[in-house]
Amino acid sequence: MLNLLSIITFTPAIAAAILAIFLRGEDKAAQDNAKWVALVATLATFAASLILLIGFDPQDTGFQFVEEHDWIMGFTYKMGVDGISILFVLLTTALMPITIGACWNVTHRVKDYMIAFLILETLMIGVFTALDLVLFYLFFEAGLIPMFLIIGIWGGKDRIYAAFKFFLYTFLGSVLMLVAMIAMYVDAGTTDIPTLLQHQFSTETISLAGWQIIGGMQSLLFLAFFASFAVKMPMWPVHTWLPDAHVQAPTAGSVILAAVLLKMGGYGFLRFSLPMFPVASDIFAPLVLWLSAIAIVYTSLVALMQDDMKKLIAYSSVAHMGFVTMGIFAANQQGLDGAIFQMISHGFISGALFLAVGVIYDRMHTREIVAYGGLINRMPVYAAIFLLFTMANVGLPGTSGFVGEFLTFLGVYQVNTWVAFFAATGVILSAGYALWLFRRVVMGELIKESLKSIKDMDRREKTLMAPLIVMTLLLGVYPSLVTDIIGPSVAALVDGHDVALQAHEAASQMAQN
Amino acid sequence: MIPADLSTALPEIVLALFAMAALMVGVFGSKDKMAEPILYATAALMVLLGLYVGSRGLGGVTAFNGMYIADPFAHFSKMIILFSAAVVMVMGQGYMAARGLLKFEYPILIALSVVGMMLMVSSGDLITLYMGLELQSLALYVVATMNRDSERSTEAGLKYFILGALASGLLLYGASLTYGYAGTTLFAGIISTISEDGMSVGLLMGLAFMLAGLAFKVSAVPFHMWTPDVYEGAPTPVTAFFATAPKVAAMALIARLVHEAFGVVPGDWTQIIAFLAVASMFLGAIAAIGQRDIKRLMAYSSITHMGFALVGLAAGTAQGVQAMLVYMAIYVTMNIGVFAFILTMSRDGRAVAEIDSLRQYSKVEPTRALALLVLMFSLAGVPPLVGFFGKFYVLWAAVEAGMAWLAVAGVVASVIGAFYYLRIVYYMYFGDEVEPLDRVRAPVEATLLIVAAAVMVLGVINLFGIEGLAALAADALVN
Repeated sequence: MLNLLSIITFTPAIAAAILAIFLRGEDKAAQDNAKWVALVATLATFAASLILLIGFDPQDTGFQFVEEHDWIMGFTYKMGVDGISILFVLLTTALMPITIGACWNVTHRVKDYMIAFLILETLMIGVFTALDLVLFYLFFEAGLIPMFLIIGIWGGKDRIYAAFKFFLYTFLGSVLMLVAMIAMYVDAGTTDIPTLLQHQFSTETISLAGWQIIGGMQSLLFLAFFASFAVKMPMWPVHTWLPDAHVQAPTAGSVILAAVLLKMGGYGFLRFSLPMFPVASDIFAPLVLWLSAIAIVYTSLVALMQDDMKKLIAYSSVAHMGFVTMGIFAANQQGLDGAIFQMISHGFISGALFLAVGVIYDRMHTREIVAYGGLINRMPVYAAIFLLFTMANVGLPGTSGFVGEFLTFLGVYQVNTWVAFFAATGVILSAGYALWLFRRVVMGELIKESLKSIKDMDRREKTLMAPLIVMTLLLGVYPSLVTDIIGPSVAALVDGHDVALQAHEAASQMAQN
Repeated sequence: MIPADLSTALPEIVLALFAMAALMVGVFGSKDKMAEPILYATAALMVLLGLYVGSRGLGGVTAFNGMYIADPFAHFSKMIILFSAAVVMVMGQGYMAARGLLKFEYPILIALSVVGMMLMVSSGDLITLYMGLELQSLALYVVATMNRDSERSTEAGLKYFILGALASGLLLYGASLTYGYAGTTLFAGIISTISEDGMSVGLLMGLAFMLAGLAFKVSAVPFHMWTPDVYEGAPTPVTAFFATAPKVAAMALIARLVHEAFGVVPGDWTQIIAFLAVASMFLGAIAAIGQRDIKRLMAYSSITHMGFALVGLAAGTAQGVQAMLVYMAIYVTMNIGVFAFILTMSRDGRAVAEIDSLRQYSKVEPTRALALLVLMFSLAGVPPLVGFFGKFYVLWAAVEAGMAWLAVAGVVASVIGAFYYLRIVYYMYFGDEVEPLDRVRAPVEATLLIVAAAVMVLGVINLFGIEGLAALAADALVN
């Protein structure tokens, strides 16, 4: 299976092409066919990615399953995974069938909807497997097109504003990265990511328009990449597109946005910023750590005051992504382990929370918190599941949410105690908004007339939730499942980072003497 | 000597003779009934000539004492010009015929302007340059007013003529200054004068005036004012033609002039071109936002795109020229697709150009809407579509030449520009229902639209090898 990664990446796209070419009509049968084709394709992709996991050797910190072909302009079509990226591939392929299942009740342009999701899956997997800068950029940016359409066509009332904001915001972030990529290509003479990981970009101070830039080219490149990944993450203060996009996106779109698309930013930091620009990362680490701490506290406070459920969860996502950036820029084993763990776990938890909102939205067609209350009386199963994920979101020990937060704290405490302190207050706030949400929606007496006939979750909805529940609990009690796979690669990354920093320090001391 | 020269310039001579013969046939034949056969014959001849030009070897040959150059650069540009002109003519035939605009002069004038363009890209001398340019322009002035009964069309033609004449004047003035200070009109002579005696102020002025005149032809800011009005007023097939072949010819001519005549002093012209590039990218991107008419929108879009192509030239390197050529080839393909679509836009049998008439078009014609969506994202430069690679190329050339600031300006402009392309997608897919556009049976236009979109998607594999050809062409020009 030399081209297993290509098979995994392009299976959904092929299914999309089949749908586009062969499926005709908009009647019930055609719609069902479209959904089944999409479901089978995503399940097949997931099965193929399990083969990948079985064949993966965690002790090998290099890239595995590498494929390479020549492409235009001296670029290469190069794919591969290492301990850092493989779990993101699995996260994507595992969540896609659930996403498809979440749009089973859609009746508006079903075929187009399925095609958009299938293409999106190809592009998301491509982001995590690409080992060529330009190829990475291609997948990274192209994902905007299907997501723009998903929000714009199948979204809520203000979908147009949200779709444009989503597209232009993230597009502006990424094009600066494009210029930086070109500069890297000019400097290193290659776009091959493994080679670039070994390349030392200059750190000599340069002056630009009268400004002395410490860290020189590395700093500029770092900032350009930062612009892109920080928007994608999203980090405070460039997070404002996310609540809009989440609120307007359809349920399935929200799930995939929170569960996978946000992780691209974190993955970018791990793949590019930290290993390729170690000195600049070190220079900007305090800034990023403080931005993360602000994000955690500020967005938790904002989340408290939301009256739209999706918006609340969106803000909580921003806060949780704050833990991720905090862990990454702690730049030690625990911090990085925690960041990756947090991303994986957040993928399951936030996906489940958006699904949970979708469940009641499908019944009541509103996401206003005040429209609900006392759901536990008529929806006991729903209440239990919602409680589980609320707790996981808060970071209750025993759920996967706890492990990620704990590890990132452990990491950042060694680097900056004050950041750890402030971020910890955010944890308390997160318990506040999450439990308050739960109380207002689920607990209490059922007094609203409209809710008197609401039905509990049906079999489809329970089936969708089941794997997410299993994963949240499993990772909560047995985190080694993840850390064993990512551990060696993360250790190698941390070592490389430390070595580069020491070399830089030695060099600058030499220069001073 | 003369027979060899003639055979070197054979494609131009054949096309010119053909145009004259066709004129005779038209005049003495049955007038406009001959229009359609003449049009198809002209298109067929252009394709044949394009293939012939493409089959010529890699060596550069000059004729008429260096006044005419036939090198891979000229061949590459001529191929784009000839193929796109042929396609655009065939594409617009149905539209012109349905509106009674298909006069037999139309293909002949197009053929003559194509002869002018071919001369432009092959020119090795200021005289050839000017003759080619004027032949091209004069034919185009007339074509713009093809719809004689329409005020808009005649206004467009007149505006184009007056401003064009002004630009020609500037160019001629620059050329005469250059001649005065260099003592020769031959590009080869000018460059040797400069390398011996250095760049004098007079030559600099000459260069600046000539670039101003040429900037008018590529509609680069600040010489772009005519573009929206002419695009809007001229019949749509003519607009499609304006947007494609003449732009390639003028862009190639700028490359030829700055590299062959002023190649030893890149510092003097890269600044001018960089300014034109930045101004065009931003003005085109910003001014297009408010447009309601798709033809005006495409006018501003083409201003932005010319800005990007100029970024390649501003790099002042062979790589920059290669980037420009790749960019122009991609640009032409995208524009052919989009204009093929605009030709089919009609409601109750009348042509419409308002953007908001596209509302919910995806329900009327899903396939065409999808194709247009692909083209719009490609024009916006979103990967993985081919339009992205065009942008990547020019930005790469700029960064490689140490002009990273130009690349940053370019990407920022491309984000602004993305907005109005997205707006078309928004109308087609998310917009409210209005009275939909007609379902037009237009096999030629639909095919071209879909083929152009398919090219944008499939080109990601290897850009159809155009990269290598453009590299050969660029190396022939810059050495």
